[in-house]
Amino acid sequence: MGVSMRTIAHRSSQDGGNSAGSRHPQRSGRIRWRALEPALWLLPGVGVLGIVFGASLVLLVVTALRYDGKWTLENFTIVLEDPAFRTALLHNVRLLVAVPILVALALLTSVLLFEGMRGWRLHRSLALFPYILPIPVVALVFGQMLQLNGVINTTLRSVGFGSLAQDWLGNPDLALSTMTAIIVWKELGFGVVLLLARLISIPEDVFEAARMDGAGFFKLHFYITVPLMAKVIALFAIIEAITMISWVFSYVFVITNGQGGPGDATQVSELYIYRNAFQFGSPELAAAAATILFGLTLLIAVVLLLIQRRSRKD
Amino acid sequence: MSSPKSGQLLKHLILTMFTLLAIFPIYVMLTASFKTREEFVSSPLSPLGRSVNFDAYRVVFNDQFVVWVRNSVILTGVAVPVTVAFAALAAWGLSRWDFRGRDLLLAGIVSLMVIPPAVLLVPLFTLGSFVRQISTYQWIILIYVGFMLPLSIFILVIFFRTIPRSLLEAAEIDGASSVRCFRSIVLPLASPPLVTIVVLNVLWVWNELLIALVFLQDSEKKTLMIGLSGLQGRFTVNVPVIMAGLTLAMIPVAVLYLFGQRYFQRGLVAGAIKGD
Repeated sequence: MGVSMRTIAHRSSQDGGNSAGSRHPQRSGRIRWRALEPALWLLPGVGVLGIVFGASLVLLVVTALRYDGKWTLENFTIVLEDPAFRTALLHNVRLLVAVPILVALALLTSVLLFEGMRGWRLHRSLALFPYILPIPVVALVFGQMLQLNGVINTTLRSVGFGSLAQDWLGNPDLALSTMTAIIVWKELGFGVVLLLARLISIPEDVFEAARMDGAGFFKLHFYITVPLMAKVIALFAIIEAITMISWVFSYVFVITNGQGGPGDATQVSELYIYRNAFQFGSPELAAAAATILFGLTLLIAVVLLLIQRRSRKD
Repeated sequence: MSSPKSGQLLKHLILTMFTLLAIFPIYVMLTASFKTREEFVSSPLSPLGRSVNFDAYRVVFNDQFVVWVRNSVILTGVAVPVTVAFAALAAWGLSRWDFRGRDLLLAGIVSLMVIPPAVLLVPLFTLGSFVRQISTYQWIILIYVGFMLPLSIFILVIFFRTIPRSLLEAAEIDGASSVRCFRSIVLPLASPPLVTIVVLNVLWVWNELLIALVFLQDSEKKTLMIGLSGLQGRFTVNVPVIMAGLTLAMIPVAVLYLFGQRYFQRGLVAGAIKGD
């Protein structure tokens, strides 16, 4: 509608310009329409973003700052002193262990694939496959496999490693580490694709020159490849860090049936927010926790921005 | 690293091991779904039971499975095209014209990508109840579109900015309106990035759990992912049934991946490396 109006205005101003001598007012009218045009294109998308992010972020802060009809920081105090929230946050921090593991494994796999493996495309496709699977599917399959009498333990027993069999998800000391391993399994393919894309873009003669100088596998990649990929590695690490802090809800929810168990062994901040808001009926506490989570995510994102800023100068 | 041959062998071994690890759970899932409960308990790793058994699938289909699939298809089928349309319009607005604050606006939109859904659940729920839209498709689709737009706009902007100006100027001299230019020059050129965002977004909506859990409380409107997460509780002892449900849920995703993986990989890389 708006767009067609603009078109008509555009046409009429052209006609006017041709027939009449007084071009000036019409021309300025055309310029004003021109300035408005991008706004019309942006309107639907920005409108949706304005509701989903704009209005809701404002409402989030308002909800978090209201307690008993007053403006106060009380909700934040309660949440920060709540042992459940502290545990949840601590678990998110402990999940960050996955980041260096992911970086190391993705680096190893992508370098190996890059070294002219026959069939590397097939390996890459298969490596990425877990990444596209729905998290509930992954969580349920692993949940079944990791039961006391699940596939993993029966296999261990049948090959004589029965002593290694564990209650992977039922033992409170192990559950979070098991969860970390599952997340690593799913996210690894993303890193492989990302790092491989960067590797392929490095000119081949860089590697040739180093090989001529007699660099072996480890020397070559440690001194040449890794520094060249520093930027992408940092990006991957930060994306995964954000994932560990604020995108692990589905794993925990599905594997532990919404409880974060055993006990509170896999309680994470997203689950804390979800349960407070929709099960325990204290949305204001959930909002305070969400604001804190938002702050943390933003902090990591700022680091990302700084890295990009610096790399652009290079 | 003693001899290049043994080194090569070692590399192959490591890679093959990684690949096997990546598909092992899927193997377990697929094979279990064609077994009976007894066969699964006695030999969980064997490729087949005594015969290929479809009982598990029969049980799943008698459940509400069909309703869940229908709901997921509705959400995906509406949210993704709307996202693609809005993203294309916005991206063109951000590429064709050079207005003041343009790059700041783009940076603002891109930075929304890091906001996790959990952060916005409470206010989105409050807003949704305010307009009486909880448990409606419209409201959750609006939220989905919002969460998919930033990456989609970003990928399209990267592409649109590579379209040479001269192409458009030629068309405009021939009297084509900007809408016409967009429809008959820009969009046809942009089919690769458009396919990329379709693939990324379909996978995202199909796999999404948290938002669906909060905003579709009506049991008639449950999505496939919500339904699946409930399977565990009801079929604890009957693993093949759970695995059959999971296999069925995976099939559309796997098919899409099979045909669209080139685009999907491009999208992942573009989203992360800023087209560098």
